[in-house]
Amino acid sequence: MAKLTIDGIEVEVPDGTTILNAARQIGGEVVPPAMCYYSSLKETGGKCRVCLVKVAQGSGKDPRPMPKLVASCRTPVADGMVVQNITSPEVLEARKGVVEFLLLNHPLDCPICDQAGECDLQNLAYEHGAAHTRYEEDRRTFDKIDIGDKIKLHMTRCILCYRCTYVANQLTDNRVHGVLGRGDKSEISTYIEKAIDNDFSGNMIDVCPVGALTDKTFRFKSRVWFTKPMDAHRDCPKCSGKVVLWMKGEEVLRVSARKDQYGEVKEYICNECRYDHKNVKDWTVEGPRHIDHHSVISQNHYEKIDLQKLKKEVERQLVFQKGKQLPEPNNALNG
Amino acid sequence: MIEFSKEAKAKADQIIGRYPQGKQKSAMLPLLHLAQSEFDGWLSPEVMDYVASLMAVKPIEVYEVATFYSMFNTKPVGKCLLEVCQTSSCWLRGSNEIVDHIRRKLNIEVGETSADGMFTLKTVECLGSCGTAPMLQCGADFHENLTVEKVDALIDELKNKKERSSYLKSLVLNS
Amino acid sequence: MGRKLLLEHINEPGIQTFEVYRKKGGYSSVEKALKTMKPDDVTEEVKKSGLRGRGGAGFPAGMKWSFIDKKSEKPRYLVCNADESEPGTFKDRYLMEKIPHILIEGMITSSYALGAKTSYIYIRGEYMYIVRILEKAIEEAYANGFLGKNILGTDYSLDLYVHPGAGAYICGEETALLESLEGKRGNPRLKPPFPAIAGLYACPTVVNNVETIAAVVPIINMGGDEYSKIGVGKSTGTKLISASGHINKPGVYEIELGLPVEEFIFSEEYCGGIWKDRRMKAVVAGGSSVPILPANLILTTAKGEPRLMTYESLADGGFATGTMLGSGGFIVLDETASIVENLYTFARFYHHESCGQCSPCREGTGWMEKILHRLQNGHGKKEDIDILVDVAKKIEGNTICPLGDAAAWPVASAVRHFRKEFEEAALVHAHKELVA
Repeated sequence: MAKLTIDGIEVEVPDGTTILNAARQIGGEVVPPAMCYYSSLKETGGKCRVCLVKVAQGSGKDPRPMPKLVASCRTPVADGMVVQNITSPEVLEARKGVVEFLLLNHPLDCPICDQAGECDLQNLAYEHGAAHTRYEEDRRTFDKIDIGDKIKLHMTRCILCYRCTYVANQLTDNRVHGVLGRGDKSEISTYIEKAIDNDFSGNMIDVCPVGALTDKTFRFKSRVWFTKPMDAHRDCPKCSGKVVLWMKGEEVLRVSARKDQYGEVKEYICNECRYDHKNVKDWTVEGPRHIDHHSVISQNHYEKIDLQKLKKEVERQLVFQKGKQLPEPNNALNG
Repeated sequence: MIEFSKEAKAKADQIIGRYPQGKQKSAMLPLLHLAQSEFDGWLSPEVMDYVASLMAVKPIEVYEVATFYSMFNTKPVGKCLLEVCQTSSCWLRGSNEIVDHIRRKLNIEVGETSADGMFTLKTVECLGSCGTAPMLQCGADFHENLTVEKVDALIDELKNKKERSSYLKSLVLNS
Repeated sequence: MGRKLLLEHINEPGIQTFEVYRKKGGYSSVEKALKTMKPDDVTEEVKKSGLRGRGGAGFPAGMKWSFIDKKSEKPRYLVCNADESEPGTFKDRYLMEKIPHILIEGMITSSYALGAKTSYIYIRGEYMYIVRILEKAIEEAYANGFLGKNILGTDYSLDLYVHPGAGAYICGEETALLESLEGKRGNPRLKPPFPAIAGLYACPTVVNNVETIAAVVPIINMGGDEYSKIGVGKSTGTKLISASGHINKPGVYEIELGLPVEEFIFSEEYCGGIWKDRRMKAVVAGGSSVPILPANLILTTAKGEPRLMTYESLADGGFATGTMLGSGGFIVLDETASIVENLYTFARFYHHESCGQCSPCREGTGWMEKILHRLQNGHGKKEDIDILVDVAKKIEGNTICPLGDAAAWPVASAVRHFRKEFEEAALVHAHKELVA
């Protein structure tokens, strides 16, 4: 086990845990954002750089600070480590820079994007972005293409997190798409027109943090915040059958896997559950899906307030505020 | 279905043998060079699929690699690919004039192929010929300390060439 | 006249062949190492020599070797980084073309020290004609019993292969090189683990530059202590410098570290001064990635001391007034050269070579190129200069590999030392606006 502090809050985690996952143990504001890391997909992370944090003290044994900001999603903790996330102006400045880079060539077409309302980039930009762009040049463009009859690829929106390629590698045995080209000309593509055709391909949609891969069967049907997400399940021989039904009245507009508070799917679903059971009668409905109350999706959705949970959240906030006010350990660590 | 010549196939097998068992994907770049030399100087999807089959990898793994490296052409090119270096040292010694001269002489823009299919003009980044700048590469040959006159002489010479310029062929297969 | 350790026999007719190379004392380091030394003794000599990586980073080579995971049961690999692509650098090409056997010899001696049974030379694809030269040298070494099974009758065996890249500067970064050698895109890996623990095929691996490996030959021949006496302080031995740009005698020179920069640029033995009787404006001392310095600072440190060709002296003053020895790619700009346009060629280079894996470098390098393109074409504004510096700052230190830093440093230093030129470039735009 390793004991470390993140923004002044102490946490103890098993050796080998990453800084990001240690921060998730604490929860709340100290958790760095993550656009490319995905805990259920091996080898993800390290690429988008939004989760950069400062390691002000490497470990108890070797208290030297790490020379550069590190990707918290891929850096393991050490006993006695001191991490600064939102208490480090340097981190916030770097993150602001990364968000600007991610948005540089993004079309900002949220008003016509199906992902709007549940888009990690939108949330990130809201939290860390600037209201204006300093970029005067033409934005990079790509044609939209169909990859298979169920998935639309808008490459202009892609932030090259690579998650969808890991899904294809790790969930299926025949990856036909990948990252082609180099530098800012890189793109997700099948190269020659090819349908992505396997039982689990639909999960590419769920892991995509932006609107680059969207469900064609849901395309332009509704803004997500006008739908009612319901947990439901069915007996499925191929997958867990645990899904979220995105409903409007009695109509099932979309079926997706269940995402946790960090937007991650832990149990992937098969294409049959996703595309072929749009009738509510096919499902055992469990009840409303809990969506974070900050999300636009939870507007107009009323859930019973869990007082225990609320109390815990308030306590956590208090500890957090205290942590934020802790004096900096010493000047040498702030350099 | 396309296939390597007997000679090239033997070379391909030899190349694959340089890497440990199960790591035959390591032969990717040398095999793509070989394929580009064998099949008209560029890598069509069909050629890439063939290379994938030699290493028993998925075609997408080859597409990903072929589109990453600047020496691989995924579109057809002229018989002689003129690659003019334009980075600092070459620029300091006049590479812009060399590029302009070739453009005018062949009546093509950078990235284009002359109407007769003979020449493609490309600008490239530092080729490690800074001390003999400006330079251009055609096939495996470096043409260095270029002047406008030297370029004229080179193009006149290349015009009559029957063989396609290649990074590899004459060096490896005929040795 | 400085001592020549690598280029001593460069003018010997036929030195490319095994026969002549051997006659001139070649392969004696292999004999000495395999017959009289244990592998660790070889590493010890390299440590004693103080040899620092000649690819650009300058990390102590012996220490790098000692990190190799000896507890692992997996095979170990030595991979030579011959992906020389740093603008302004062509020394490895020169060495491999002129004296290929010194690299082969260094590879054998070094592989023996590391316990590698298979080693690779990863050479940039554009140097394809050198692939042939190296392969010929390797064939000769096999034929004469210096490669293959039971070298010189000892129980040490080694196979050595040349592996061509295919056009990607990023593959000079050691983990990108290993990815590329595994037949993948040249995307740098996240570290740790370092190659010494999990490198090629996840096996313990050392990646060393051509010149570093070649330097092992004289080190073993003369002994590490003797080698370390050449040079100044922690900059020991000789270094190949690639000299280019506006000088009278561009080329590759072997210098003893510690040579005054002024002597290197102006003496007849080396660069022979600035061409066309012009004055020197600026120098990029270690390949495009290092900060550019104006003439006065390259000759004299901020403290007023003569600048020397050493790792320390060139870095004196930090990035405010100093630079780095880097790969030894020495580019000289005369008084007529435009700093803005020179920087534009660098920015275009890094944009072209960014692998695109992580966002600051993928997006930032293109942005910098576009701003510089505007500035040098008279379409840039004064505010662009600050944006440029800010973008460089936001890339620096925030990427997976050092390419981000390499793209940022030239920008920051060019504006730091030559801001006026950027402002003048921006004035063109302001003037156009006024006239319109």
